[in-house]
Amino acid sequence: MADVTLTIDGKQITVPAGTTVLQAARDNGIFIPTLCHDEKLSPWGGCRLCVVEIEGMRGLPASCVTAVGEGMVVRTASPAVIEARKMMLELLLANHPRDCLTCSKSGACSLQDYAYYYGVRGDRFQGEKHDYPLEEDNPFIVRDMNKCILCGKCIRVCAEVQVNNVIDFAHRGFNTRVTPAMDLTLRESEECVFCGNCVQVCPVGALAEKASLWQGREWELDKVRTTCTFCGVGCNLEVSVKDDRVVRVRGYDNPLVNGGWLCVKGRFGADFADSPDRITRPLIRAGERGEGRFREATWDEALEFTARRLQEIKEQYGSRAVAALSSARCTNEENYLMQKFMRAVIGTNNVDHCART
Amino acid sequence: MLDLKEWRDSLQGRLRPGDRPSLTVGMSTCGQAAGGARVMAALEEEAGRLGLQVDINQTSCIGMCYAEPVVEVALPGKPRVFYGHVTPERVPVLIEKHVVQGEPVREWALVQVEDGTVPYDGIPVMGTSPYYGCQVRVVTSRLGLTDPESLDAYVATGGYEALEKVLRRMTPEEVIEEIKASGLRGRGGAGFPTGLKWSFTRQAPGDKKYVVCNADEGDPGAFMDRSVLEGDPFTVIEGMTIAAYAVGADEGYIYCRAEYPLAIKRLKTAIAAAEEKGLLGRDILGTGFNFELHIKAGAGAFVCGEETALLASIEGRRGMPRVRPPFPAQQGLWGKPTNINNVETYANVPFIIKNGGRWFAAMGTEKSKGTKVFCLTGKIKNTGLIEVPMGITLREIIFDIAGGIQDDKQFKAVQIGGPSGGCLPEDKLDLPVDYDSLTAAGAIMGSGGMVVMDENTCMVDVARFFLNFTQAESCGKCTPCREGTKRMLEILTRICEGEGRMEDLDTLEALARVVKNTALCGLGQTCPNPVLSTLHYFRHEYEAHIKDKRCPAHVCQALLVYTIDAEKCTGCGACARACPSGAISGEKKQPHRIDPALCIKCGSCMEKCKFGAISRL
Amino acid sequence: MAGLAIAFGSGAMTNSIAEIEHNDVLLIIGSNTTEAHPVIGQKMKQAARRGAKLIVVDPRRIELVEHAHLWLPIRPGTNVALINGLMHVIINEGLVDEVFVAERTEGFENLRAVVQNYPPERVETITGVPAEKIYAAARLYATTERAGIFYTLGITEHTSGTSNVMNLANLAMITGHVGKEFSGVNPLRGQNNVQGACDMGALPDVFPGYQKVANPEVRERFAAAWNCQLDSTPGLRIPEMIDLAAEGYIKAMYIMGEDPALTDPDITHVRRALANLDFLVVQDLFISETAKFADVILPGASFLEKDGTFTSTERRVQRVRRALKPRGESRPDWQIICDLATRMGYPMHYDSPEQIFAEMAGLTPSYAGISYARLEGDGLQWPCPAPDHPGTKFLHAGRFPRGKGLLQGIEYQPPAELTDEEYPILLTTGRMLYHYGITTRHSPSLESYRPEEYAEINPAQAAELGVQTGDKVTVVSRRGRLVTKVRVTDRVPPGIMFMTYHYKESPVNILTNAAFDPIAKTAEYKVAAVRLEPAG
Repeated sequence: MADVTLTIDGKQITVPAGTTVLQAARDNGIFIPTLCHDEKLSPWGGCRLCVVEIEGMRGLPASCVTAVGEGMVVRTASPAVIEARKMMLELLLANHPRDCLTCSKSGACSLQDYAYYYGVRGDRFQGEKHDYPLEEDNPFIVRDMNKCILCGKCIRVCAEVQVNNVIDFAHRGFNTRVTPAMDLTLRESEECVFCGNCVQVCPVGALAEKASLWQGREWELDKVRTTCTFCGVGCNLEVSVKDDRVVRVRGYDNPLVNGGWLCVKGRFGADFADSPDRITRPLIRAGERGEGRFREATWDEALEFTARRLQEIKEQYGSRAVAALSSARCTNEENYLMQKFMRAVIGTNNVDHCART
Repeated sequence: MLDLKEWRDSLQGRLRPGDRPSLTVGMSTCGQAAGGARVMAALEEEAGRLGLQVDINQTSCIGMCYAEPVVEVALPGKPRVFYGHVTPERVPVLIEKHVVQGEPVREWALVQVEDGTVPYDGIPVMGTSPYYGCQVRVVTSRLGLTDPESLDAYVATGGYEALEKVLRRMTPEEVIEEIKASGLRGRGGAGFPTGLKWSFTRQAPGDKKYVVCNADEGDPGAFMDRSVLEGDPFTVIEGMTIAAYAVGADEGYIYCRAEYPLAIKRLKTAIAAAEEKGLLGRDILGTGFNFELHIKAGAGAFVCGEETALLASIEGRRGMPRVRPPFPAQQGLWGKPTNINNVETYANVPFIIKNGGRWFAAMGTEKSKGTKVFCLTGKIKNTGLIEVPMGITLREIIFDIAGGIQDDKQFKAVQIGGPSGGCLPEDKLDLPVDYDSLTAAGAIMGSGGMVVMDENTCMVDVARFFLNFTQAESCGKCTPCREGTKRMLEILTRICEGEGRMEDLDTLEALARVVKNTALCGLGQTCPNPVLSTLHYFRHEYEAHIKDKRCPAHVCQALLVYTIDAEKCTGCGACARACPSGAISGEKKQPHRIDPALCIKCGSCMEKCKFGAISRL
Repeated sequence: MAGLAIAFGSGAMTNSIAEIEHNDVLLIIGSNTTEAHPVIGQKMKQAARRGAKLIVVDPRRIELVEHAHLWLPIRPGTNVALINGLMHVIINEGLVDEVFVAERTEGFENLRAVVQNYPPERVETITGVPAEKIYAAARLYATTERAGIFYTLGITEHTSGTSNVMNLANLAMITGHVGKEFSGVNPLRGQNNVQGACDMGALPDVFPGYQKVANPEVRERFAAAWNCQLDSTPGLRIPEMIDLAAEGYIKAMYIMGEDPALTDPDITHVRRALANLDFLVVQDLFISETAKFADVILPGASFLEKDGTFTSTERRVQRVRRALKPRGESRPDWQIICDLATRMGYPMHYDSPEQIFAEMAGLTPSYAGISYARLEGDGLQWPCPAPDHPGTKFLHAGRFPRGKGLLQGIEYQPPAELTDEEYPILLTTGRMLYHYGITTRHSPSLESYRPEEYAEINPAQAAELGVQTGDKVTVVSRRGRLVTKVRVTDRVPPGIMFMTYHYKESPVNILTNAAFDPIAKTAEYKVAAVRLEPAG
């Protein structure tokens, strides 16, 4: 497409036609705040925080949904723009709980950040606030609609990414809220698959992973990129850890694979690692075979016993009397070693794995 | 193949047989609400009782809604006489005098239509009557005068001449040029030039295109679209068919609010009739042109009157506006180029095609051509539906057509353009009614609602009323409209309750400015207008509420104070007996007192006092 | 995978996940993608939302059916007939890609001859799919440029599994829908590292990179690298191991991260075999059903607790990074294997998984260009033969590994077990969204949401039995019986029921048939004849 040249805050900028004013500004290091905008979702233009002044245009257009035009003159921080943004933040905060002290989103909250940036305390309007009950009837997601700023990202991610269309806006005016049909909870709707992608795009604390609440502040988390273990897709994960415990899992944006999106298992299933059922010490059979009674042993004892028995059987019955199942859930390195072990140490090709389970 | 001319000729004389009397009842929503059905039943019963050979028919609203039920009585070779306020009790007299004796009941008659006959004495003739004298009926020309469900009646009165002309003798471009020449601007509110809009849809690439009629009339006090749909559905259908031909569409939707069941019923009847005659559907008039028309009943959201929200609603999604561009002309219904106009706009089209763009452009002002339909409501004598040439003054409408203020009270303001409009004070009464003048004065043309307020109207309360409406109807998508109107409403409510502070006015203005500048759609951008215009023209009323804790119009209950004038009080005790909260006390025959702490300001005492001793401050 | 190896010379997903959103037709057969591969399912639904047409072949009304242009509700076990029917339409209506067939394939005449016996009207009687849908699907698939095939275990877990896959390859080849972007034949691998486990040679007949153990040159190279003698005879596949253990020829087994006592078919037989061993060592995270038979259980570390790599279904090698310390005294499996080898007189020592990977890559041509350093980005897709090779987005451009693609006519064979008067209902099995194998049963959140089996039965069956959703029934097959709760739903047609294999409390593999595909040795999990009785 042809290029368009425009002026933003006195700076001449050339971008491809069709680019939004927001994108043109951001590509050139010019700050414009947004709450409802997400490059991966369809344009929305609802929060109006990204309004700018454009010469010749009526009012203050939203830069996220306004395409650049040749010769356009844009001001991103004129007094009218700043007044409007501050007012927008005041309005949002007027209907938002003041519990940043304990909010799980604190430190990663767009509303908090912008309020700080613009010096908006959120006390200009003292009117009605919503008092919705907390929705926590499912094991994965907690919805606090009192914190919702109605940016609609969760709705779009559900419709456009997960393509399940579980939630939408309902009711009107001040009472507008995001909900499954008939004001049911996510669990009651029986439509939600708890992919949790809505949680991941929520710019405030309205949606949170239930298990992560009270487990760590944003700035205390160490983040590790890894690969999911729950199917063959290979989704990239960002695992957040504090004190050797997983606080939460989110999608890591590998554009070639999952683009940052996940399913319920990838996002919420990591809690198996700390299951009390985990075997944490080697065990040696204490009862009859198949009875399931074991005693704990040291690694030394268990390995010595295993090595001795395998050696004995190999010597007595031959290498081919031993067989191994490797694992489609273990790493490449471990599978490589398992087949090497069977072939080089035991001396047999009796190694297979079940491409199932 | 259908020969329209032959059909039309064959209808002449058959439509009004002329050899026996006819009785016709206005059976639009206003007529039915006023008891039209009971009147019709009474007419049938009485005619049957007397064994009269008469035709009893229904028609639509002639525009004098204040006078419903309206009954037209026509004798062979005599003018058609319209009676107002007809009740079943009046029916025997009416039939006896007018039908049997041939003498109109002049004191009940509103107006007569002479149609080439000799008019009766003492009954105003339509063209020169006070109500109709200033009017120019184009879009409403059939209303109240023909059977809206009869395609025969439509064709006999010139219907489908325009479509035939278009399909047989004009190219789509020529049609668009004719509309452009007429200067017609969208009658839905924003006033965008219709011909230009059509040309955008025509030029947009794509094989599949739609035309959509916005009949989601939602402004409080507005019923133009309903009246036209109920009174002349075929005009709208013909106008849409012409538009479809012009823009290259083969399918259309009428988005009509479900609260208009009669309009929907009449549209359905009309569509079926037109389809049966090959005037709609496939191969219209044998020209190979196809146009399929559907009705979509809207579910009552005000915002669905906004065109992108309306399209979303037709598609089965929640009615929420989206940012334009792309405009519907480029990407409309299901992403296809779509032309959207409102009812009145389409209804004008057949008349423009038939009479020529120049004829239409000769009416109105330089930038606002033709006529405009308005709904007159509020504190005026004659409420109803009128059609006036653009450029007429507000004074002419309110004082000449509407007959001035009820009970001869003082005019205070007129609210034009619905919740998006503004309130204009007395010194704007000589403003010509056209798009640009109204916008400059802080109101808008809107779709044609006109609410007149008298001295007993509190302008702060009016602003609160409209904000309450827009807040409740905000779709919730954008922050300023959803949250901003809520806080504006809270401030206005506070002022009405006497809790306002002077700095509230600055906050209100700041909020109004931000909402106007930043809201996503037209509804949000205009919803501060009632606040801004009242703050501009009636700021003293706001200040009275805040500084003096006084409502000058005595409307805001919290600010009312009832007191008893000891001089006038006779101590009869009637007020104390009427008081539901026990706030009035006093010895018999001694002046009574009202305890302001107990008074609930219901006004019962004032009504009961025969001596004018109780006053409201 | 064997089917693709025969047809193309290499078995793996031919194309990439990122291509799905650009496909115009997706033929999804035997894959409940939104539950088994949810993020690929997302992409398929996104494609449909954009206007791509989905052809869904599945006995159940799975979620993708709601997004589908065509749904072919097939009787389980009749895939070969259906695909023959599709090819019948394509060949007889002149929709064959003649150039592709001439230049890239061999054996077309044989295929044509076989397919002639499968007019859609006959196929309808075999598969239950209406003939007109077969015509429509064939035309749509053949005439769309960007048309891909996606399948999973609904295709392979049959006695005819290899035939099914070969026939899908036939279908793709005669329409020229392979060897290019946005089409191909795409098996979606069920587990996180099935692809990698196969690539690594955890198979009885090949070393890493599918290098045959029977090939002396290959063997020599590995023997030199590993400093040992190597057996030239291919080893046993799982069902053979189980049979020979039951018969007493296999004396010891080393099972790492698998649970055949729950997930293999006919588990009664499996458990008998395990009980018969002299020695069983199980390495796992939990005391699985299999571990209950073990002499020694060695605690491994979970994927969160170790470094390494997985190879995903699209042949993408990606890093696994340690986020937590191993729980308790548990250890990464690679360390355990090294210790065991060393104690058995074969010193095995690596400083890190990276070192293991480097050794492997040096012996595996398709991984030769991959290193941990290169995996720091978004992963690499094999084949990646050299350090400057960008990896391979789609396979078989220009030529197949075996040269020309092999077209081979395949006759329909009914499943090993058919319904009859005694066992009138066809049981088919699979996964569900909230569970993965058995690991997720130990996830407190997932387990609390889906703690038990709800077998899906049709309202007709429910009415016959007089049960409602939540009631219990007994399911009986020729091999065993179990009790489960039911969900009454028209997701399954009359005469068919569905269960998952996640629950040891209602272990569906007591019921399933161990009859397996003669080539791949994959068992027929997808078809078993059962009857329902009120639970009593």
